[in-house]
Amino acid sequence: MRSTMAGHDPREAEFLGQEDFVQLVTPAGERIPSPGFDPWVADVTDEQLASLYEDLVVVRRIDTEATALQRQGELGLWPPLLGQEAAQIGSARALRSDDFVFTSYRENAVAYCRGVKITDLLRVWRGTSHGGWNPYDVGMAVPAVVIGAQTLHATGYALGCAKDGVDSVAVAYFGDGATSQGDVNEAMVFAATFKAPVVFFCQNNQWAISEPVTLQATRHISERAPGFGIPSLRVDGNDVLAVMAAMRVALDRARNGDGPTFIEAVTYRMGPHTTSDDPTRYRDRDELEEWAAKDPISRLGALLDSKGLLTDEFTARVKARADDVARELRAGCLALRAPDPLTLFDNVYATPHRGLDRQRSQYAAYLAMFDGGAE
Amino acid sequence: MSVATSQLTLAKAITSGLRHALADDNRVLLMGEDIGALGGVFRVTDGLQKEFGADRVMDMPLAESAIIGTAIGLAFRGFRPVVEIQFDGFIYPGFDQIVAQLAKLRYRTGGAVSMPITIRVPYGGGIGAVEHHSESPEAYFAHTAGLRVVTCSTPQEAHVLIRQAIACDDPVLFFEPKRRYWTKGEVTEEITDAIPLESARVVRDGTDVTLVTYGPLVATALDAASAAASDGVSVEVIDLRSLAPIDFPTVEASVRKTGRLVVSHEAQLSGGLGAEIAAGVTERCFNWLEAAPARVTGFDVPYPPGSLEEHFLPGLDRMLDAVDRVLGRPNSLTGWTE
Repeated sequence: MRSTMAGHDPREAEFLGQEDFVQLVTPAGERIPSPGFDPWVADVTDEQLASLYEDLVVVRRIDTEATALQRQGELGLWPPLLGQEAAQIGSARALRSDDFVFTSYRENAVAYCRGVKITDLLRVWRGTSHGGWNPYDVGMAVPAVVIGAQTLHATGYALGCAKDGVDSVAVAYFGDGATSQGDVNEAMVFAATFKAPVVFFCQNNQWAISEPVTLQATRHISERAPGFGIPSLRVDGNDVLAVMAAMRVALDRARNGDGPTFIEAVTYRMGPHTTSDDPTRYRDRDELEEWAAKDPISRLGALLDSKGLLTDEFTARVKARADDVARELRAGCLALRAPDPLTLFDNVYATPHRGLDRQRSQYAAYLAMFDGGAE
Repeated sequence: MSVATSQLTLAKAITSGLRHALADDNRVLLMGEDIGALGGVFRVTDGLQKEFGADRVMDMPLAESAIIGTAIGLAFRGFRPVVEIQFDGFIYPGFDQIVAQLAKLRYRTGGAVSMPITIRVPYGGGIGAVEHHSESPEAYFAHTAGLRVVTCSTPQEAHVLIRQAIACDDPVLFFEPKRRYWTKGEVTEEITDAIPLESARVVRDGTDVTLVTYGPLVATALDAASAAASDGVSVEVIDLRSLAPIDFPTVEASVRKTGRLVVSHEAQLSGGLGAEIAAGVTERCFNWLEAAPARVTGFDVPYPPGSLEEHFLPGLDRMLDAVDRVLGRPNSLTGWTE
C-alpha cells in the first residue's frame, strides 16, 4: 500500500504536488504499470473496460439531461457530477450487492451503479420526496444533505456488519469540504478504535461551493487519516481503473477484518455546485481547461482506442444507450406528480401519535371545505 | 401465581428494565461513555457489561455526535441501540444527529427505515452540581417532529417506561430525573399492564386546581398538594410522563373539573413545555377556565451555580403561590405592576 505519511522535512509540502497519486491510465490514455496496484485490476477484461466506458458516458448523459430539465423548470435543483464520473463509477463498480453505501447528494453515478431506478434519482430534486428509493432494495441510503453526517451512519452500519459476523462493507462517500466537519473526524476515531469494516471515500473535487480545498486542508487530505490510525490511499480520481484498484484494496482489507481505509480520489467538479451556483464568480477558466485535459471519459476512450476497441459501431451503440436512458429519465421526470396532500403526515412516526393524528384530521377537515365548496 | 416485587431505587429500576430489554431481544445494545466497567456515572448500567458482554454494552469514545450517529448506522442494520448521554448538558454536541438525522430518517425514507433508538438522559438540577450538569433540555426535542419524549417520576414507572421506550419503533428521548435516582419504591417486573408511551397519569385527585408537571417535580407537586389540602384547597396533580406528544385529553378532563391550571417545570420559562400546555388547554377548554393559567418554572437564565439553584428551581412554596394566584387569593404578584 502506498503510504501518504508525511515526512519530517518542512519543504515536503512543496513537492507533494497534484500528481502524487496512484494512476494506472494517464490523461492521454496510456496504461502505465504499477506493481502494487496492477494485481488488483488484472482480472479486468477488455469487455469490462468497455462496459466501464459505457457507464461513464451514460451517467454523464443523465447529468446533462437532468441539468437541462432543471433549466426547463422541471426540477427545482440539480447537483451536477460532471468531471467526477470515474471516481464514482470506479468505486461503486467494485462493490458487492450486500455492501451498503452512505452518500452525500452528488453521488448519482454511485446510485446508478447500485441499481437505483433512473426516475428515482429525480424525486428529491423535483420535490416529490426527501429520498427517492428504499435503501434496503439497493444497499444505498438516500442522500444526506448535512455535510459529513452520513460518515457516522456508515461507521455504525459497519459495526453492525462485524457484530453480525458477515463480511459486508459499509462505504461513506463525502467531499473535501466534509473533511473539516467534526462528524467525519469522529467517524474516523470510532472506525479506527472499533476496527470497523468501513471505507471512507473522499472525492476531493477541489471546491466546496466557492471555497477551494486549500481552505479545508493545508496538506493532502489523505495525510490526515494515518493520524487516526487509518491507512490511506491517494488516487487519481479521473482514472476509473486506478479508482477501482484502490477501492478493491480497501474492500479487501475491510472484508478481512483489517478495519477502515481512507481513499482520497483527486478529481474536479467541472460544473457548478448546483444549478443555482455561478462558479464564474470564484474560479478562472485556466483551471477549468487544465482539468478538462484530464477528463475521465476521453482518457478511457483513448485507452480503448489504443486497443482497437473504440470502433464507430461501439461508440454509436454507447451513444444510443445513453440517449435511451436520457429519454427514460425525461419521461419519468415529467410523470412525477406531487403526492396526495395528506401524505404530508405519513411516516413521521412508526406508531400512532395522538398529537399528529389530530393535526392530520383537522387539516383533512380544512381541505374538505374546498371539495365542492363553491355552492 | 405470585408476582415478584422488590424495593428498588429509581436508578436500579431502570437498570432492571435495561436488563430485561437486553435479555428479551439480542438486537438491543447499550452505548455510552463509562457505561461498562464503571456502570455509568450514576451506576444505571451497573453489572450489565459483565452480564451481557462488551459487545452488547459498549463503552464509546467521547463524542456524543458520533455515539448517536453510529447508533443510527446500527439501527439501519436492524439493531436497537440504547444510548446513554452522561449528563443533560452534554447532549448538544449530538444535537444535529438527533434532530436532523435520527428524527427525520423515517420520513426521509418514506417509512422504509426504522430508527428504534432510545436516548437516555439524566436531567434536571437539585444536586448542587457544576455547570452543564443540571439542565432540562426537553423542550428542544419536544419541538422536533419525529421524536418521542418521555420522562418518569417513580421507580415502577421508570422500569416499565424504559422497557416500552426500547420496544418502541420510534426514536425516544428518555429523560431520567437525576435527583430522584435514589428514591425508593416497590417495583413489579412483570409487565401485566403496559403504560402507553403517550399517556399522562393523575397522581392525586383534586377539585380546585389542576397542577401539571413531570419528572423531578412530581414529588414536589405532591408535597404542595398536601400542604394546600391542609389549607382547604384541593389540588389535582398530573404527571405528564409523555412530553411529546402531550396527553391533552387527561389534562383537559382535569381542567374542565377544576377550572384552574398551574404548570410547573425546571426548564426555563420561554418556549418551554408550560407554554405549550397553557396554550393547548386554553384552545381546548377556554370556557371552563376560571383564571388565566399560571406557570412556575426556572427563570430565563442559564442554570445557576449550586448555591443559587434553590431560587431557580420551582419549589413547594412557589407552586403554592401560583395556586393562590389562579384562585384569586393574595399572592406574591398581588398589586404588582409592569
